[in-house]
Amino acid sequence: MDAILLQVLNGLDKGAAYALIALGLTLIFGTLGVVNFAHGALFMLGAFCAVTINKVLSLQKVVLSQTETTAWGTPLEIRTPFAQEWFGDFGLTIIDYSVPLSILLAIPFMLIVGVVMERGLIRYFYKRPHAEQILVTFGLAIVLQEIIKAFFGANPIQQNAPELLQGAIDFGAMFGDPGALVYPLWRMVYLGFSVVVILSVFAFLQFTTFGMVVRAGMADRETVGLLGIDIDRRFTIVFGIAAVVAGTAGVMYTPILPPDYHMGMEFLVLSFVVVVVGGMGSLGGAVSAGFLLGILQSFASMTEIRDLLAKVGIVGLDQIIIYLIAIVILLVRPRGLMGRKGVME
Amino acid sequence: MGDFISKVNRRTLLKGSAALGAAAFASPYFFTKSASAYVNDPSNKSSVILGFNVPQTGAYADEGADELRAYQLAVEHLNGEGDGGMMNTFKPMALKGNGVLGKKVEFTTGDTQTKSDAARASAKRMIEKDGAIMITGGSSSGVAIAVQSLCQEAGVIFMAGLTHSNDTTGKDRRRNGFRHFFNTEMTGAGLAPVLKSNYGTERKAYHLTADYTWGWSQEGSIKKYTEAMGWETVNAVRTPLGAGDFSQYITPVLNSGADVLVLNHYGKDMVNSLTQAVQFGLRDKMVNGKQFEVIVPLYSRLMAQGAGDAVKGIFGSTGWHWSLQDEGSKAFVKSFGAKYGFPPSQAAHTCYVQTLLYADAAERAGTFNPCGIVDALEGFEFDGMGNGPTLYRADDHQCFKTVLVVKGKENPSSQFDLLEVVEEVPAEKVIYDPNGDEFKGDLGACNAG
Repeated sequence: MDAILLQVLNGLDKGAAYALIALGLTLIFGTLGVVNFAHGALFMLGAFCAVTINKVLSLQKVVLSQTETTAWGTPLEIRTPFAQEWFGDFGLTIIDYSVPLSILLAIPFMLIVGVVMERGLIRYFYKRPHAEQILVTFGLAIVLQEIIKAFFGANPIQQNAPELLQGAIDFGAMFGDPGALVYPLWRMVYLGFSVVVILSVFAFLQFTTFGMVVRAGMADRETVGLLGIDIDRRFTIVFGIAAVVAGTAGVMYTPILPPDYHMGMEFLVLSFVVVVVGGMGSLGGAVSAGFLLGILQSFASMTEIRDLLAKVGIVGLDQIIIYLIAIVILLVRPRGLMGRKGVME
Repeated sequence: MGDFISKVNRRTLLKGSAALGAAAFASPYFFTKSASAYVNDPSNKSSVILGFNVPQTGAYADEGADELRAYQLAVEHLNGEGDGGMMNTFKPMALKGNGVLGKKVEFTTGDTQTKSDAARASAKRMIEKDGAIMITGGSSSGVAIAVQSLCQEAGVIFMAGLTHSNDTTGKDRRRNGFRHFFNTEMTGAGLAPVLKSNYGTERKAYHLTADYTWGWSQEGSIKKYTEAMGWETVNAVRTPLGAGDFSQYITPVLNSGADVLVLNHYGKDMVNSLTQAVQFGLRDKMVNGKQFEVIVPLYSRLMAQGAGDAVKGIFGSTGWHWSLQDEGSKAFVKSFGAKYGFPPSQAAHTCYVQTLLYADAAERAGTFNPCGIVDALEGFEFDGMGNGPTLYRADDHQCFKTVLVVKGKENPSSQFDLLEVVEEVPAEKVIYDPNGDEFKGDLGACNAG
């Protein structure tokens, strides 16, 4: 039972990560009709906002030691963060909270990146075939990756969660069985963050006038345009919002996965599967497919299920489960779980 | 006839003479090439070109950059520039500091991208277009095996860089290929006694293994040695290369009854799986009345930097570490540190040593002919290169030297000071039968092209 609960929790946690990226991806597709292969790169850019903030906050004063030397004979460098020198313990606390603080930079930065990307490049491809949209966005993703690699190198850069939020929660202890159900605290924070962001995006689209116009534009762009509404401007903002969602998701994911320039590509493929399974352009579909695939992937890795499958000669299902489900869903429901008629048809 | 003579004017004559001249100028080259006993024979040149094939892009680009730094340093030292580095400690050494066999050493570089096909293409280009007489480098066993086989076919020497799979000098060994770096068998043999003395003989191990040749090799070696000392293997789960989030593989470990997690991962996979295992509270867990432990059989200092605090107290093995206090290591660290401002990695060390070993073999053989180099390197015993007395075994072209068992340092003094050497396991404790079932292979004949 503990093992099952643990896998459910893990599935929700994984699903939240998939849903959050897929949400932005499907939002762009639903509004602008663009298949954005650079969405993973936006997630990665967000993660590097956290790296940048951490690097800036951790800038150090270097003093050369008068007495000690390095193994290669140069004077030893004694490094003290400026934040610590200027603000004492408070400075160290600021560095400790660099990941959540990075959200403050990531929101405006990603909004600008999103808007510039849409106005500067993507809009020229609205009326072009999907294949060309994929090529240009994929090319853009590679350019962004290489820029990040040129600045930050190829290796992953560890980012720590604030000390208060490190470690694991012992859910078992709450129910009188210590150690039975333990889960990392930051992953729970990420799950909560994802739920809040997903609900906020839904609420924004559902309960605001702006959202109403966007939804109307998603349903029938031409009619909304004929009513004298500048739908393009609103869609540009939606692109920016999707970039912010991806970017903040990237920031919050850094303590789970040390970021490197390639992390976006890894998520992109999974997110596309999530979007396709959920139904192209369907926000609800993306979120439910994200959680569904997360849970299935987690359960496929359970020892009991692996052993059971091994007995009937199936091994390595955990590595392909997501793609297998995608094939089955597309065979049974070609538009995905909640796909709309006419989208990409 | 008269017409013909009248057409032979001054301009035609000049053209004809130029063509004859060009043919005469070119002919020695053709003759030399066909008369040469081996590929890219530099006999008529004042310099010799070495091909450095390292990952300059892709996930191991940082490791590749460090390898390239080491190669450049080696070239400087061979040409008599700089402080000489390990050329001051390498024994016995025939090198004179005036290049190799009196020829200045030059180099060309290629980008493996950590992909076998790209690595083969760049090696081919360096041999055919740039005239490289030897190829060296690589940061992956898959790449090393692919390039080694290409060099065998092309008739040049391959001096492997960072490759740890048994297969490189096991079933995929080649006469033209040589490996200085250690392998998973030596990791198992070196690490097991340290694990025994620290964690005892009654342990239940759970393996997470990267699903490719090196991962399988590493899992097999660790299982072999830990089971021999009484450990039980509870489960061994294969994980896809580059999985990113390993949480669904780590959660089953929590309730598996295992009290040790062995992470047969390298590079980014190691950084991710180790970080996440620590986040799941595995290291704070008590199972079967014992403290839960995590083991990373192959460490890389560059990767340990990525994992940060998660490496503290975790055992593993490494080929070489800059904190070693032997004369060779100190000379190399001093030379590398003075030039670049930070200490070299194990990848840099093995690449530097391989370059010097090749050059020295050519000097001793008195030729760049690959077959002469092979004869000079087979069974060669040397010292002063950072791992104590070392043997290049003739049977499989594998070096046998001290293996380092390391532990993540609890209180690092700098960003480079992440690992502490807990034991230097001498070569005689990690040597194995080159024709044992897991290692059987055929070197074949040497190929000079």
